[in-house]
Amino acid sequence: MEMISSISPAEAVAAVMLLALVAYALLGGADYGAGVWDLLARGPRAEAQRELIAHAIGPVWEANHVWLIIVIVLLFTGFPLAFATVMTSLHVPLSLMLVGIVLRGSAFTFRSYDNVTGKHRWNQLFSVPSVVTPILLGTVIGAIATGNPGRAVISGGPIPLFNTWLQPFPLVVGLFALTIFAFLAAVYLTLETTDPLLQEDFRTRALLAAVVLGGVAWVVYLLARRDAPLLFGGLSGSPWGIPVRYATGAFAIATLASLGFRWFSLARLTAMAQVALILWGCALAQYPLLVPPEIDVDHGAAPAVVQKILLIVLGGGSLVLLPSLYYLFHIFKGHTFHTHHRDETSGAANFRGRKS
Amino acid sequence: MAISLGFHILFAVVGIALPLMMVISEALWLRTGDPVYRVLAKRWARGAAILFAVGAVSGTVLSFELGLLWPNFMKFAGPIIGVGFGLEGFAFFTEAIFLGIYLYGWDRIPPRTHLLAGVVVAFSGALSGMLVVAVNAWMNAPAGFDLAGTIAVNIDPLGALWNAATLSEAIHMTLASYAATGLLVAGIHAFLLRRDRSNPFHRRALGIALAVGGTASLLVPISGHYAAHVVAKTQPVKLAALEGQFRTQRRAPLRIGGFPDPATETTPYAIEIPAGLSILAYNDPNAEVAGLDSVPPADRPPVRVIHVAFQIMVGSGMAMAGVSFWAGVSAWRRRKVPDGALFLTALIAVSPLGMLAIEAGWTVTEVGRQPWIIHGLMRTKDAITPVPGLWVSLLSYSALYSMLGVVVAWLLAIQFRDSPLPVEIATTEKRAH
Repeated sequence: MEMISSISPAEAVAAVMLLALVAYALLGGADYGAGVWDLLARGPRAEAQRELIAHAIGPVWEANHVWLIIVIVLLFTGFPLAFATVMTSLHVPLSLMLVGIVLRGSAFTFRSYDNVTGKHRWNQLFSVPSVVTPILLGTVIGAIATGNPGRAVISGGPIPLFNTWLQPFPLVVGLFALTIFAFLAAVYLTLETTDPLLQEDFRTRALLAAVVLGGVAWVVYLLARRDAPLLFGGLSGSPWGIPVRYATGAFAIATLASLGFRWFSLARLTAMAQVALILWGCALAQYPLLVPPEIDVDHGAAPAVVQKILLIVLGGGSLVLLPSLYYLFHIFKGHTFHTHHRDETSGAANFRGRKS
Repeated sequence: MAISLGFHILFAVVGIALPLMMVISEALWLRTGDPVYRVLAKRWARGAAILFAVGAVSGTVLSFELGLLWPNFMKFAGPIIGVGFGLEGFAFFTEAIFLGIYLYGWDRIPPRTHLLAGVVVAFSGALSGMLVVAVNAWMNAPAGFDLAGTIAVNIDPLGALWNAATLSEAIHMTLASYAATGLLVAGIHAFLLRRDRSNPFHRRALGIALAVGGTASLLVPISGHYAAHVVAKTQPVKLAALEGQFRTQRRAPLRIGGFPDPATETTPYAIEIPAGLSILAYNDPNAEVAGLDSVPPADRPPVRVIHVAFQIMVGSGMAMAGVSFWAGVSAWRRRKVPDGALFLTALIAVSPLGMLAIEAGWTVTEVGRQPWIIHGLMRTKDAITPVPGLWVSLLSYSALYSMLGVVVAWLLAIQFRDSPLPVEIATTEKRAH
């Protein structure tokens, strides 16, 4: 790729933004998924499942959430026009999403500190929005890909409240996001427990989610042909689209196989790679557009000096942030890398993967 | 947006100051080995966790609301002030990481490392607060760019962040956070101590909270004086509104109380100290103070609200400083935490005033800037979103926040209400050895 040598500051900021979005999907997304499994907890071990979930996400919960704030801040600093367009044309789903974020974010903490009313009510307030919020998040991303929100703003007429996003394609993408998150969470949770029964519970759920994920992905791809031609064209027609698609599929099969053989550490690694590739693939397909059909990394971006300072800030901040994150995961997630001896070889590589 | 911010500011203020108190308590535990301090640190850490969670979600909502409600503001201002938000994002991220380590890391990492994690939480919390205030300061004293028509050129994000109002606003707000939270917590423990005079838990809690809140309360008026100097220079109209000063004049009086009347352009019922305002704002009794008449009526802020809010803020601040002074003198003379019945009553009486003062002060700085959203550059009505049906989101946000506020207050009450049982202290003691 010859563009690497001549990459502009705005492109670099966009790349960092995508990295942060991937981190949010892999870490914060899994927290949503855990909420889904909290809601769907069934059977004799329902309480044990809920406890495992709360225990697993407690220490890293707040840190995982901040990735979303980083994405938003980068967007409005680096690409103010894109930010303004998205926020106006998708006002309704974004507002609803915020309500969801507020409800689950506070309910999760509240239930740990409320010994009076009992945890059940907070649980509901945590798990129901955990299902709705990712659907809305996916819907917003799907809607942007159709180009409708972008066109609504360009046309200069009144902004439609629902037409930009209440369509088949965005909603299916919303479902896709939910499935991805639930899938990731189930895979991660297999490594959080030493109880073989609980581990089997989440293994079954992970396999189930993987199959559903495949199905939903296929529907997204088919609908994209009509509703998001840009995305479809990129994924099916471009020279890199085919390798990316095959690689994603290969990782998906590897995840299924590792789950089948109970190689949970490997399954986590391949599942993360699979999800990261999906996001990279979709982003590449749209590149260089941020909000189709018009707004790209150049048009409506902040001046280069702002992007440069932003990159310096990001670089300096990472020096503090990455070691801190490493330390956090080392303390609280270290056990998921050591207690399971089923495939020790992938342990080290896995840890690097966890931080991506 | 105003409602979101009004809530967020309270959560944030406690979220900035509580970690400091928690760290002091833990440091005292490490130094003295007194288990009560450890129990206290854990209690305050719980409060910090609840507030951080709410601060985090309401902060997320705000970062979205910037675009959902003020897209035109962000289109213009995003590149200029975004770096400030970016830095704030990092500070906040650091806080989140180390709060996780602090809350869940008791007995998992060495005690000194744990204390250090707490220090990082307290420091990054204060830092992120200051960065947000710097962005607000920029709206009051825009800098770091040149205007070409309606577009900003030659953007210098760091210059924007370090504008004329940044230092004074950041110092004033940070000190106010410590003062308001410290005295609020001190008031709660004073109330509980009055019912249970010998309780060592509340006695120690009162000591730390008073030390933090009292020191800050004595410093806040000084920082406020400095802030007034800066406002006189950068936003003379705001100063005029604060003081109910309609006419531009030399030897302007300082008005205490009073209710401005825009129709007659006077501020009746005020106690006037001759030349007081000229001295306070410019250190010179003959200095000319610009009045509201220096700008056309369309550019004047709603003077009544601002003048009254300002009086509330200053009055509360003075009462807090007075009680803190009392505490200081008493502690110095008797070498122990003051606990006289009269003092505790006075402390309880002033303890909510800090939060009142913060809301009033925020009203002063925001409403005082109206009709501008960016002082002298963009009017608030030009910045708002064109999306129809805005009142729906406004209503739902308000409802959501009111609910959150109630739940947080109730949960905090649960955390602080119960004095720790001897059992809790005993188990801590056992673990510590």
